[in-house]
Amino acid sequence: MKIDWAALGSVFGVSLVVTVALVALFTLGIAGLARRERAAEQGGSAAAAVTGAYACFAACAAAVGYGIYLIVA
Amino acid sequence: MESFSLILAIVVVTALAFDFTNGFHDTANAMATTISTGALKPKVAVAMSAALNLVGAFLSVEVANTISKGLVDEAGIRPEVIFAALVGAILWNLLTWLVGLPSSSSHALMGGLIGATIASAGVGAVHGDVLVTKVLLPAVAAPIVAGVAAMFATRLTYSFGKKAEGSKASEKGYRAGQIASAGLVSLAHGTNDAQKTMGIITLALVAGGAVAPDSDPPVWVILSAGLAIALGTYLGGWRIIRTMGKGLTDLQPQQGFAAQTSAATVILASSHLGFSLSTTHSVSGSVMGAGLGRKGGVVRWSTATRMFVAWGLTLPAAALVGAIAEWVTGFGSWGTGLVAAFLVASSAAIWKISRREVVDHTNVNEPEPEEPAGVVTTAVAAVAPPPTAGAVSEDLTATIAAPVTEPAPSPAPAASPATTV
Repeated sequence: MKIDWAALGSVFGVSLVVTVALVALFTLGIAGLARRERAAEQGGSAAAAVTGAYACFAACAAAVGYGIYLIVA
Repeated sequence: MESFSLILAIVVVTALAFDFTNGFHDTANAMATTISTGALKPKVAVAMSAALNLVGAFLSVEVANTISKGLVDEAGIRPEVIFAALVGAILWNLLTWLVGLPSSSSHALMGGLIGATIASAGVGAVHGDVLVTKVLLPAVAAPIVAGVAAMFATRLTYSFGKKAEGSKASEKGYRAGQIASAGLVSLAHGTNDAQKTMGIITLALVAGGAVAPDSDPPVWVILSAGLAIALGTYLGGWRIIRTMGKGLTDLQPQQGFAAQTSAATVILASSHLGFSLSTTHSVSGSVMGAGLGRKGGVVRWSTATRMFVAWGLTLPAAALVGAIAEWVTGFGSWGTGLVAAFLVASSAAIWKISRREVVDHTNVNEPEPEEPAGVVTTAVAAVAPPPTAGAVSEDLTATIAAPVTEPAPSPAPAASPATTV
């Protein structure tokens, strides 16, 4: 019986890293937008935070796009 | 299509019925977290999942081809064997739906095939080591991999997002995130599971001589399989959705997002890296992981234990029914007719029993009749078999009479189809 431990290990590693990275990026994006909300309440702006937030969301969208590519290919 | 024998027609119809139960059963995988956290309204969620399943069915025929070309020796397989396998798989899917437990449709199908093959060709025809590496090990690995990833992701999203909590951005953001990841899971499901059925129908058509070996699935097969799985998905296995979204743990949007992202990642990574993990097992694992990842989050291990037991039983139970069905079809046409009649009758019976306590889009988000942690109520026993006989019998004596009659009917049908064939 040959168990492909290498494949299982890489599935584990990749899943863990990708999931945590994606969720981290997305949460940072949300935090950035929330900062704009707070800044707006106080009459200020938070341009850097918002730019960062959109960069985070763009990365997440790219990941989703890659996921669709994997499904279709 | 010209030489379309009766048995072939029966196999095609049964395969589509299996496809339907498959969609029905697996709606929960994609949409349970989205529905329970309120990111999408139940009906909208299942409609979206159904549409993506349909789209997924048309995207490629690669999975279908691995099943219909070369995996099984096409010369040696008869349509009756496929029919028997499907009967086993359908009955197991319906039973687990009745008790509201998520279990892998693929395992049910594999179990049915193994049982039917044993009955027709002997035990030697099944490869034990393949069984371990392709079925048992993934079933253990999937929930652990997905669960660990979801747990860390949940912790992280709570600590990173602390400042954003309660803001509009966070509410909208987690909603969008959940919808996107649930959509990915639906699409992946359509390409995988609808195609399994296409592969099986094509295999039967090849075995029955209706299409040439090594051909791609005919267009009507793709179309009907896609529609069957989409319809099943749209009708929604609300019982299973409730168990996954509410029964295992209480999910907040952050957790739903982390769980669904982890599930989508695990499913895609595993199929891409060549160590296929079951969608159902991954999603269940990630939901539990998300439950563990939140401070004060609780996983209801009694529900989880029932689910694990169902996973363990999936293969042997479907195999047993498949084997018996194959044995009966061996008696000739009337045997096949008998099995078909039995399938219809028991499906109708299961549906009838399910009407005693209806779960649909209106009450899917009501918590299972169960108090948080520790308090085992007798009402739970009415929905599903008790986790341990001891715990419930204690409760029954404590709460007396009224509900006592309720728990009896649900375990009973679980026994009957296997024994009364």
